[in-house]
Amino acid sequence: MKIIRTFGLLAVLALLLAFPLLFGDPAVTTIAIFTLLFAGATVAWNIFSGYTGYISLGSAVFYGVGGYALALLCKAWNIQGGYMPFLLLPLVGLIASAFAIPLGWIALRSSRHVFVVITIAMFYIFQLLAFNLPGITNGSDGMFLPSPPWDAAFFNTPFYYVSLIVLLLCFFVSWWVRNSKYGLGLLAIRDDEERALSLGVKTGAYKLVAFAISAFFIGMIGALVNYFIGSLYPAFAFSPAFDITVALMAFLGGVGTLVGPLVGALLLAPLQQYLTVQLQIVGLDLILFGSLLLAVILLLPEGIVPSLRKTWTRWKASRGVRSPVAGSREKEEKALLAKGGREGNG
Amino acid sequence: MNLLEALNVSKAFGGIHALDTCTVRVEQGSIAGLIGPNGSGKTTLFNVITGYERPDTGVIRFNGKTVEKPTPDKVFGMGIGRTFQLTRIFPRLTVMENMHVAVQRRGAASLLSRWSSSHEQRQALELLEFVGLTTLQDMPAGNLSYGQKKLLEFAFILIAQPRVILLDEPAGGINPTVINELRDRIRDLNRRGVTFLIVEHNMEFVMSICDTVTVLHRGTTIASGSPQAVRSNPAVLEAYLGG
Repeated sequence: MKIIRTFGLLAVLALLLAFPLLFGDPAVTTIAIFTLLFAGATVAWNIFSGYTGYISLGSAVFYGVGGYALALLCKAWNIQGGYMPFLLLPLVGLIASAFAIPLGWIALRSSRHVFVVITIAMFYIFQLLAFNLPGITNGSDGMFLPSPPWDAAFFNTPFYYVSLIVLLLCFFVSWWVRNSKYGLGLLAIRDDEERALSLGVKTGAYKLVAFAISAFFIGMIGALVNYFIGSLYPAFAFSPAFDITVALMAFLGGVGTLVGPLVGALLLAPLQQYLTVQLQIVGLDLILFGSLLLAVILLLPEGIVPSLRKTWTRWKASRGVRSPVAGSREKEEKALLAKGGREGNG
Repeated sequence: MNLLEALNVSKAFGGIHALDTCTVRVEQGSIAGLIGPNGSGKTTLFNVITGYERPDTGVIRFNGKTVEKPTPDKVFGMGIGRTFQLTRIFPRLTVMENMHVAVQRRGAASLLSRWSSSHEQRQALELLEFVGLTTLQDMPAGNLSYGQKKLLEFAFILIAQPRVILLDEPAGGINPTVINELRDRIRDLNRRGVTFLIVEHNMEFVMSICDTVTVLHRGTTIASGSPQAVRSNPAVLEAYLGG
């Protein structure tokens, strides 16, 4: 099992690395870049919202802050287009985290229901600020990012690999969090926050750190998207569609699981890009996504990954296959009963 | 020596005096019982001791020192563990993951390590063996029966090696066989030096296990002493029978 898994992972990695060589068409690689970036954003969103159960609909704040941070840094330091802006990404991420700490500190004082509302409010405040601080953001006229001097055939390649690196890094951090004692504390917060506190989990600090980690990656992704597009406008940098999309991708795949958000994003992001970029029908994706959200809630309340896992264990049970991990048959059956009986838990 | 003391504690919710100058003392190494009719303030006292409620007046003393501004995490860190009347476990975590939640307090560096390969893993296995949940370790804890959840909650408190454990109705709603097992476990731990304060309505359980019993009535301590002495105390009989 472990060998199969390792080889599977290596195969996926090889495919991801070779992708721009196999598909040279810029239209295809553009979809691939957006897919990688949305996958990264969904995985990053899940590190906080998925593991702690605090659903944030204001991550666009960090996405926008990332975009503006890169534009302003390039302007201030007179940086030309090319590879240099990529090197600023970690700094941009840190700036986004620096915004996340005070914002999270305020928002996380509330219960998780109120938290959703506060994050939406924060998001609108930032959008308003972007419109109304023309001295910094140039208001509704928007800002331009330096344009890389690459020709059309090569243009997408650096963006593809940088996006891939960001996604892999983000996924690695999510994997590490999921398996660490720290991550266990986050999951305990999701299940019963007060109880976790009474067992010595420093819930406030735990949540805030996860919020900042999540913002770090979302900030970098916001910067990358806007660098790729070349321009930055308040309504797009701070777009309400961003959080809806990311949350839907996470819910579709399985919120709070490690691979679920990745699966959800890899399925939905290409579709979204195809609809908006290729068919040029702006807004159709939102209508479709809205209907899809309802379908997901109705049919797969736990998301694809947990549902498949359940089906897989049931199928194995029906075939009488023993899992090599589980010691005895009896234990296996008990575990199956347990999984089969699990209620929908997002 | 008294390990844990609640001295003249009062706590009102609006006009209701849940606790009214109530005093409870728990001697180091003992098993202390806390009884009283419904609504007499037992759980409120637990909440005050463990930092879930701030008392209006009165102090909590632990190990001879006053606990300043108790909060749940601070109190736990000092070595006071508690279980809840309605068990509070982490339903979506597995039984084994539940065991590891309570070992967070080991510094930031250890937080980065994997919980499954930590040195507490052996201890967690031993404790699951101790409460008889070893075979269920990979099951989501929410799927356990009520009695099993109580045992799990008891076990994950133990992993942090508290000096005193507050049990809120440990025998409530679990079958007599498990009650006997639980009694054995508590005695066993007590022999190893763990102090207990137990709220329980099952009188037979309280009388058979406790060294001292304190009786609360309408938020006030009305009697305290050995189980035999308390049982024959007229004020106690009055409280239970006269209402």
